Amino acid sequence: MAEPINKTISNDETINSIKVSHPLAEMASMFFRNYAAVAGLILLIAIICFVFIGPHLHPTDPFEMVWAPFSRPMEEGFVLGTDYLGRDMLAAMMVGGQVSMAIGLSAALISLLIGVTVGAFAGYYGGIVEEILMRFTEFFQVLPTLLFSMVIVALFGASLLTVTLAIGVVSWTAVARVTRSEFLRIRELEYVAAARSGSASDHYLIFKVILPNALPPIIVQANLMVGSAILFEAALSFLGLSDPNVMSWGQVIGSNRPYILDSGFTVALPGFAIFLTVLAISLIGDGLNDALNPKLRQR
Amino acid sequence: MSLTQTIAKRIGYGLLLLIGVLVLNFTLITIAPGDIADSIAGDMGGADATVLEEIRQRYGLNEPFHVQLWRYVSGVARLDLGFSYFYNTPVTTLILEKLPATLLLVFSSQILAIVLGTLLGVLAAKKPNGVVSLLVTFLSLFGFAAPVFWSGILLIIAFVSIFPLFPVGGMTDVTVEGGFFVHLLDLLHHLFLPMITLASIYLALYSRLARASMLEVLGADYIRTARAKGLPQRTVLYKHALKNALGPLVTVAGLQFSAVMSGAVVVETVFSWPGLGTLALQSILARDTPTIMGILFFSSFVVIVVNILTDVVLRMIDPRIKAN
Repeated sequence: MAEPINKTISNDETINSIKVSHPLAEMASMFFRNYAAVAGLILLIAIICFVFIGPHLHPTDPFEMVWAPFSRPMEEGFVLGTDYLGRDMLAAMMVGGQVSMAIGLSAALISLLIGVTVGAFAGYYGGIVEEILMRFTEFFQVLPTLLFSMVIVALFGASLLTVTLAIGVVSWTAVARVTRSEFLRIRELEYVAAARSGSASDHYLIFKVILPNALPPIIVQANLMVGSAILFEAALSFLGLSDPNVMSWGQVIGSNRPYILDSGFTVALPGFAIFLTVLAISLIGDGLNDALNPKLRQR
Repeated sequence: MSLTQTIAKRIGYGLLLLIGVLVLNFTLITIAPGDIADSIAGDMGGADATVLEEIRQRYGLNEPFHVQLWRYVSGVARLDLGFSYFYNTPVTTLILEKLPATLLLVFSSQILAIVLGTLLGVLAAKKPNGVVSLLVTFLSLFGFAAPVFWSGILLIIAFVSIFPLFPVGGMTDVTVEGGFFVHLLDLLHHLFLPMITLASIYLALYSRLARASMLEVLGADYIRTARAKGLPQRTVLYKHALKNALGPLVTVAGLQFSAVMSGAVVVETVFSWPGLGTLALQSILARDTPTIMGILFFSSFVVIVVNILTDVVLRMIDPRIKAN
């Protein structure tokens, strides 16, 4: 190592000997060195397989009454037992997981869309635009999120669409704040000034120059939001504010809740599934955070 | 800017936010399909067009939007949040009746979470690779991932069928007789499980935060100076370091408050705690719009007040926050 320092880099050979890996490859190698994050990823893949491939291997209608109520897991031939109406819990867990994950993902996308737009414009334009947009954000922070989405669902009807929208609309404020602070930092950097001096349009600067560089913390935040949206949906359906014709993990808990003392497992199992899913997602989030944060990267 | 000026500015701004909340609520309820007349008619078991028209006339639903909005906002300014036809009581009375229960639950669980979380965080920061540190890591993962109603239900199952030590529902036991202290004890006995459930989420958050913030402060020069002076470890940790590490904790506690109110809705439902959350759910299921709007307004009001208090506390513990 000591030898090349005094040598001037004059020939191609020396330059080629400096090994630079692609940033994405470097990120991936950081991520896969984090055991907790890898465990989270494996867990999440396993849950996704269970939820999306499972119903093909175990094609039982989760709404159909197949046996007497409250048969315990592994007894009478039902792996996870039956619920208060005698419906197969295993099928409910699989199909319910699909809905929970789909709502979690789409609600997170909605809040990402709102949050990034608000944060990007506030951080890029500054001044009065920033003032108005950040006041708007603060306004949504003051509203108690769950209560507000309960009201939206109650007023506009409990369908999959309203539930997803209600969750998305109340949970974008953190993304907006993260995006704004990244934009505030990046817009002062030299490469932005360079692009601006080349008379790039605002639109180009926001979406092509600054946003790609602001993505790392937004990705971490988005990942966490999927987890909290799943929890949010579960809370809403637990309270009975979800589409009664759609089965989700939260809905299974909510509908079996009056009978917890007869059969705790009908509530414990879907809750555990939510717990594992959100746990996996937040482990991945921690790993992504370390991998995407250049300050922590050991070179 | 002096403290009084800042507080005055914050209060003025809070009032604007509240008006915003009112206008938003009112607009939402007006554009939603169906109105109060439909709900009342539904409760009556159906009504024909003349009866519906009569109800609409009585509640002023035929007037233009801005007239109705103005009537509502000016009513709120006089502390009149309207009349609940479902409970047949003024909404303000209804909310004030339920508010103490919610505030008791919310504040007790927050105090528990902050005190215990700080303590755990400090102990963890003392030995970053020790057992407490590991516990904090596990706790923060669990606290974020476990749905609050699920942990509540698991506690109910545990305390009903395995260790019947605590009551799992309600706020008081009507059969309890005795003086003030007997009733207080009964209340605390009922408060225990809901408080623990609500505190668990935030305990995770605060302990993690306290650890990170303590670790940062412990690396500062003035801590080395304090140690070099020969101060005992306890004084360094709890007097010198903790005071500066509390700032981020207080900030987050203030920001989290609207989430805590949401958590309270769920915990109250699980433990049938007779507070605002239970009232909110009942009025939402009954489509009792004046009560729903009142509760949304009132909880936003509480959040704003707590945010202003947070600012004041932050300034008190950190004299550096003077400017801006």
